[in-house]
Amino acid sequence: MHSDDVVWDMLGNKQFCSYKIRTKTQSFCRNEYNLTGLCNRSSCPLANSQYATVREEKGRCYLYMKTIERAPFPSRLWERVLLSKNYEKALEEIDENLIYWPRFIRHKCKQRFTKITQYLIRIRKLTLKRQRKIVPLSRKVERREKRREEKALVAAQLDNAIEKELLERLKQDTYGDIYNFPIHAFDKALQQQDAESESESDVEKEEEDNEEVTERDEREFVEADDSDISDFEDMDKLETSSEEEQEDEEETEKKAHSKSKGKTPLKGPTRRKRPYLEIEYEKETEPAAKTKAS
Amino acid sequence: MAAGGQGPGVGNMAAAGAGPERGAEPPAPERVLFPPTFSVSEIKNKQRRHFMFVRWKQQQRKEKLALRKKRRKEREALGDKAPPKAVPKTIENQRVYDETTVDPNDEEVAFDEATDEFAPYFNRQTVPKILITTSDRPRGRTVRFCEQLSTVIPNSHVYYRRGLALKRIIPQCIARDFTDLIVINEDRKIPNGLVLSHLPDGPTAHFKMSSVRLRKEIKRKGKQPTEHVPEVILNNFTTRLGHSVGRMFASLFPHDPQFIGRQVATFHNQRDYIFFRFHRYIFKSEKKVGIQELGPRFTLKLRSLQKGTFDSKFGEYEWVHKRREMDTSRRKFHL
Repeated sequence: MHSDDVVWDMLGNKQFCSYKIRTKTQSFCRNEYNLTGLCNRSSCPLANSQYATVREEKGRCYLYMKTIERAPFPSRLWERVLLSKNYEKALEEIDENLIYWPRFIRHKCKQRFTKITQYLIRIRKLTLKRQRKIVPLSRKVERREKRREEKALVAAQLDNAIEKELLERLKQDTYGDIYNFPIHAFDKALQQQDAESESESDVEKEEEDNEEVTERDEREFVEADDSDISDFEDMDKLETSSEEEQEDEEETEKKAHSKSKGKTPLKGPTRRKRPYLEIEYEKETEPAAKTKAS
Repeated sequence: MAAGGQGPGVGNMAAAGAGPERGAEPPAPERVLFPPTFSVSEIKNKQRRHFMFVRWKQQQRKEKLALRKKRRKEREALGDKAPPKAVPKTIENQRVYDETTVDPNDEEVAFDEATDEFAPYFNRQTVPKILITTSDRPRGRTVRFCEQLSTVIPNSHVYYRRGLALKRIIPQCIARDFTDLIVINEDRKIPNGLVLSHLPDGPTAHFKMSSVRLRKEIKRKGKQPTEHVPEVILNNFTTRLGHSVGRMFASLFPHDPQFIGRQVATFHNQRDYIFFRFHRYIFKSEKKVGIQELGPRFTLKLRSLQKGTFDSKFGEYEWVHKRREMDTSRRKFHL
């Protein structure tokens, strides 16, 4: 018993104890037989020759006891008692074994036993629920896959592929009557070869388109041709006043562009300008156009 | 010979130039003269070595250009009889032929597809209804991604999982008439996995998801996707496995797209990576279309395809990605 005080004097607060961990507010004891986990005079297993703890191994709890009689035999120092699985019975067993022992140790043993049983219960409950499976990632594999994905992205040329697919669908007429592009409509008419009642002028328009298909493609660049086309249309409708012709042109052009919703393409403003430009042209080139028509 | 004893470290132009030329014609048959090879890497001085290397590179380039010009001249000279241009080799060109590639006219495949689990969808007997959920405790990014995904896929609902087991969710979903279940797995605050399960008892596909971009991270994006049913584009699903995966994706969207909405969802398969994009398109003319990217984008890589609904322990796997066996060749793809 005397040596306990000496040991505590040495290890406890003054000199070095390898099990001691110090924090700002408190010190802890890392010794596996420690009852409370704190570094105290009454909790230190080294500085108390009569000591007891409760520890669990593989789900079963044991009571470990150390007495001064066995102090010179370190291999036999700790006596181990298996506690029953029943909580109350185990508490009684602790009381039995630690009868006549200091109150502090008895109380702390029971507290520790309670805590241990609680966490064992929680473990059993958790294993019944879904476990999160942790899969190790190989860094090399991850890097390789990332690199391959980037290369695949470049090779895919997604925008082009999507555009091509959409144009294919347009050609194969999956969109039906929604889009009315002139050449597209012309192809449709050719294939079906039905004079539809939508307008006979449409059919005549298409016939004229047949002659002037190339000019129509260069619509943006060669304004004079446009005026010719519009003149032909006007010829069909047999309207002489220039103002009415202009209005009709605007209408027909607007019809052609009615389906370009949303963003107006760059050609929009330039196309819109043409009717206004043609005002000047018409007066000058009308006779020339008329001779062409005839 | 002077050629043999080349001055070390001397960028001797005469020697370097003369060496290979002299080596071309050995002087006498009795004394075999090895051509005095001189490689740039033997110069010990770094600056001179670098200089010599640059000059060598320029020479190579000049030779290559000359060769190309010559070839072009020959080609022009021949005119129509010129041999066809050599096609450069790409990985797609060199792809190892997969014996399960589906022939469009294959009857067996057509019959299989008429009787598999997606037949009711393709016969227009069922309307897709999709449940989107996540793994436990999703973080902000995943939540937002789920919301955006639900705007992209019509008739989809997002429900959060609060610790429920998938196996228990599935019967409830079937009872409430859901046709598909999407689970987005999250790791460290980013979504990285996707489980797509076709419900009544359809196949379950597990994908690895990468490169997730939310709408706000996409540059030059358009407005919010509207409620219209989008069109679906499935590119490059050639093999039998690819076909089934493609049909899985197709069955997520209702059969009749609303062309007024002008929206298109694309699943493009390239080298076993499936890229998902969501665009709005506009036909500027009959030969030109403009597309604008709207919704989220992500890439998927198939990890496993299971026959029944989700069951990791007892499920019957139709296809599992085995790295050791399947990733041995760079030219072999499975989708």
